[in-house]
Amino acid sequence: MSFTILKKHELVPTVYLMGIAAPRVAKKAMPGQFVILRIDEHGERIPLTIADFDAQTGTITLIFQKIGKTTRQLASLAAGGSIADVAGPLGKPSVIEKFGTVICVGGGVGIAPIFPIARALKSAGNRVISIIGARSADILFWEDRMNEASSELHITTDDGTKGHHGFVTEVVQNLLEHGGHSGQIDRVIAIGPPVMMRAVASVTKPFGVKTVVSLNPIMVDGTGMCGACRVLVGGETKFACVDGPEFDAHEVDYTLLMSRLAMYLPEEKEALEPYEH
Amino acid sequence: MNTESESKIRPEMAKQLPSERRYNFSEVALGYNRGEAVAEAKRCLDCKKPLCIEGCPVGVDIPLFIRQIAEEDFDAAARTLKSTNSLPAICGRVCPQETQCEAVCILGKKKDSDPIAIGGLERFVADYEMKKGVMIPEILESTGRSVAVVGAGPAGLTAAAELAKMGHAVTIFESLHSAGGVLVYGIPEFRLPKAIVAAEVDFIRKLGVDICLNSVIGKIDTVDELLEEYDAVFLGTGAGLPLFLGIDGENLNGVYSANEFLTRVNLMKAYLFPEFDTPIKKGSRTIVVGGGNVAMDAARCAIRLGSEEVTIVYRRGEDELPARAEEVVNAKEEGVRFRLLTNPIRILGDENNWVTGMECINMELCEPDESGRCRPVALSGTEHNIPADIAIIAIGTSPNPLVPMTTPGLETARYGTIVADETGATSKPGVFAGGDIVTGSATVISAMGAGKVAARAIDEYLGRV
Ligand SMILES: Cc1cc2nc3c(=O)[nH]c(=O)nc-3n(C[C@H](O)[C@H](O)[C@H](O)COP(=O)(O)OP(=O)(O)OC[C@H]3O[C@@H](n4cnc5c(N)ncnc54)[C@H](O)[C@@H]3O)c2cc1C
Ligand SMILES: Cc1cc2nc3c(=O)[nH]c(=O)nc-3n(C[C@H](O)[C@H](O)[C@H](O)COP(=O)(O)OP(=O)(O)OC[C@H]3O[C@@H](n4cnc5c(N)ncnc54)[C@H](O)[C@@H]3O)c2cc1C
Ligand code: SF4
Ligand code: SF4
Ligand code: FES
Repeated sequence: MSFTILKKHELVPTVYLMGIAAPRVAKKAMPGQFVILRIDEHGERIPLTIADFDAQTGTITLIFQKIGKTTRQLASLAAGGSIADVAGPLGKPSVIEKFGTVICVGGGVGIAPIFPIARALKSAGNRVISIIGARSADILFWEDRMNEASSELHITTDDGTKGHHGFVTEVVQNLLEHGGHSGQIDRVIAIGPPVMMRAVASVTKPFGVKTVVSLNPIMVDGTGMCGACRVLVGGETKFACVDGPEFDAHEVDYTLLMSRLAMYLPEEKEALEPYEH
Repeated sequence: MNTESESKIRPEMAKQLPSERRYNFSEVALGYNRGEAVAEAKRCLDCKKPLCIEGCPVGVDIPLFIRQIAEEDFDAAARTLKSTNSLPAICGRVCPQETQCEAVCILGKKKDSDPIAIGGLERFVADYEMKKGVMIPEILESTGRSVAVVGAGPAGLTAAAELAKMGHAVTIFESLHSAGGVLVYGIPEFRLPKAIVAAEVDFIRKLGVDICLNSVIGKIDTVDELLEEYDAVFLGTGAGLPLFLGIDGENLNGVYSANEFLTRVNLMKAYLFPEFDTPIKKGSRTIVVGGGNVAMDAARCAIRLGSEEVTIVYRRGEDELPARAEEVVNAKEEGVRFRLLTNPIRILGDENNWVTGMECINMELCEPDESGRCRPVALSGTEHNIPADIAIIAIGTSPNPLVPMTTPGLETARYGTIVADETGATSKPGVFAGGDIVTGSATVISAMGAGKVAARAIDEYLGRV
């Protein structure tokens, strides 16, 4: 049994959207969860967040950035094609409660996983202030969907081509200082590159606002069986695939996360070489 | 043939030479040829009270299949085996026969005499059948009952096969993309070729068992949800959670759990990187911590990946090594070094977070404790560093809590194992369990035995509901 690709298109340069028929996954998926997929017999198992899901049509949506061998190969597949294995939904779902005012931060491809969380938080009655950021306006996506999922939306670009000229953290800082329109901020959730999550965590810490990040360590099985995904949170080793992927942002050891993410750099280059010719 | 033949010694099974096999992942033991198998079979006394059968957790009719080999009726021998054991090619290779069936063979009790090579003969017959084309046994008429089996390891596969033969509709749910459990992700190709596992799994599919891969129970469906759709559930989820030492440096780059290392190598075929996409770090100096079969497998994989120096660090002595003696010999022949009575204190790393070595301390055995084993004690002042760029932690595993956590009413014991009675029944009606999830890490054949016993109990339960 394999999984049929229903649609695929390039959302913005290097970022792709893929719709996959996976009825059993779609029925159970919750915001914050991910799948592990393997394209074919020779493939690697890679985790991707479930950016959207529809139990009615039995589809899940994945959004991924083309960076290495596997994501490149994935980007080369077309609607009508198929993927050998999709396992999920994995990981603990996001905590969705009525917190009050919540800031949702999505950086780069992190916009994809923050979307279903913002949407769920809003329907749970929260005031959702979202901040989405990218290097440049041309690689910013889902502004429309994020707008719908939020009570207030801020945009940042590193080069100033759209919205606030600068980093998401500056907007977070500003909101915390001035409390947004409604006063207090009750919770912050940030998803993006580790450096961004670390920066958000250090901005929110002095304000004592509970902050959650979704970690993206290297994974193999995604079920707690191998320990490849171990991260250090509050001085304790956790397996991100089963204990997370969301953790208390103020307790995460980001240096360790980043160094473990770089573990296979030489091999990743080697894998890419034959594929590029 | 019922008289004792002249030879008291079993034929030695041909093996790949250590100097060759340390550079490849092909099978080490090559199996008996026809002549050797028939000669060995003729040595069997066909005992009136065959003790050997009692030594086999699935109750293979050992004297019968061996007689059939002696009569050169290999088809009949295959039928005999398959009637009680759905995975004979696997068992013939990885059963710890020396502590199971062969340990109680009457011939082994005689002076200067080897027990019959039951495992080797089992492998011979299973391989013969596989080459020839597998026969599908008779399946009883459909009972209209259905069973969900969670986990496609030896326990789940055996329970499924037995239930299918009884006429129940069986669906296996397996979280990985391949069926076999430890047989595919843990035990390396050179001890158990994956094509053999695939062929035996295929036999189970041919019995009518539906195998749903990529299905993590507790996530995609809970056990309670399975019970709405199926009349009973069997849990064979194994003991797959890796344990770490809890010492400094365990999160450094280059430190693997044995599970991760073996999963990358075996399930993901990282030894064929970049033809297969999953990478593995090939260190020049590898330390494996632990002394069991898992440690031997990891060390022997590291040798084959090209690590120049592979050292096993184990805190007890040679006699206490829990691995099969044969595997220790194999490992030594292939160049694995042993640092016995040595215990790691911490793993050392460089400024880039990479492993550079392991600080260890010498140990001393003293009086055996109540379990009969000697508790080693550290000899202070003997701290020393062993250089390494890869460290593999192979000190054991515990049950994965995913299913127990999501199943209200399922009783678990101290180390997270599921509590089941001798028939496999758990505290939850309609839910049975067996294998490593109940016993903690054990053996392929004990997991199969548990699967078989539970299948009988489930059959009885289904007759009542
Ligand atoms: C829970 C989780 C959710 C994720 N969600 C998304 C998402 O929605 N969209 C998206 O674009 N990316 C997501 N990622 C990251 C994504 O898995 C990696 O980008 C992908 O594996 C890269 O594979 P590659 O072969 O193309 O690149 P490679 O060249 O193999 O690697 C590039 C980098 O990706 C990371 N990586 C490599 N292999 C893995 C692996 N098996 N597991 C995790 N990271 C790996 C490493 O940092 C590596 O340096 C997520 C990761 C995690 C853990
Ligand atoms: C490296 C290694 C070498 C070994 N060598 C030997 C040997 O030579 N001889 C021997 O007799 N024994 C050996 N053993 C032990 C033996 O393999 C195990 O005792 C045996 O496999 C246990 O069988 P099981 O069916 O209980 O569990 P497993 O084989 O662990 O299978 C459990 C299966 O359940 C799946 N699963 C887990 N959770 C879920 C879930 N929530 N949903 C769906 N599926 C799930 C897992 O993916 C797995 O496929 C070895 C073990 C290891 C790790
Ligand atoms: S299955 Fe294992 S224990 Fe049973 S007869 Fe065969 S080798 Fe011996
Ligand atoms: S105990 Fe040994 S000799 Fe006797 S029947 Fe069994 S295998 Fe043959
Ligand atoms: S990915 Fe293997 S334990 Fe998390």
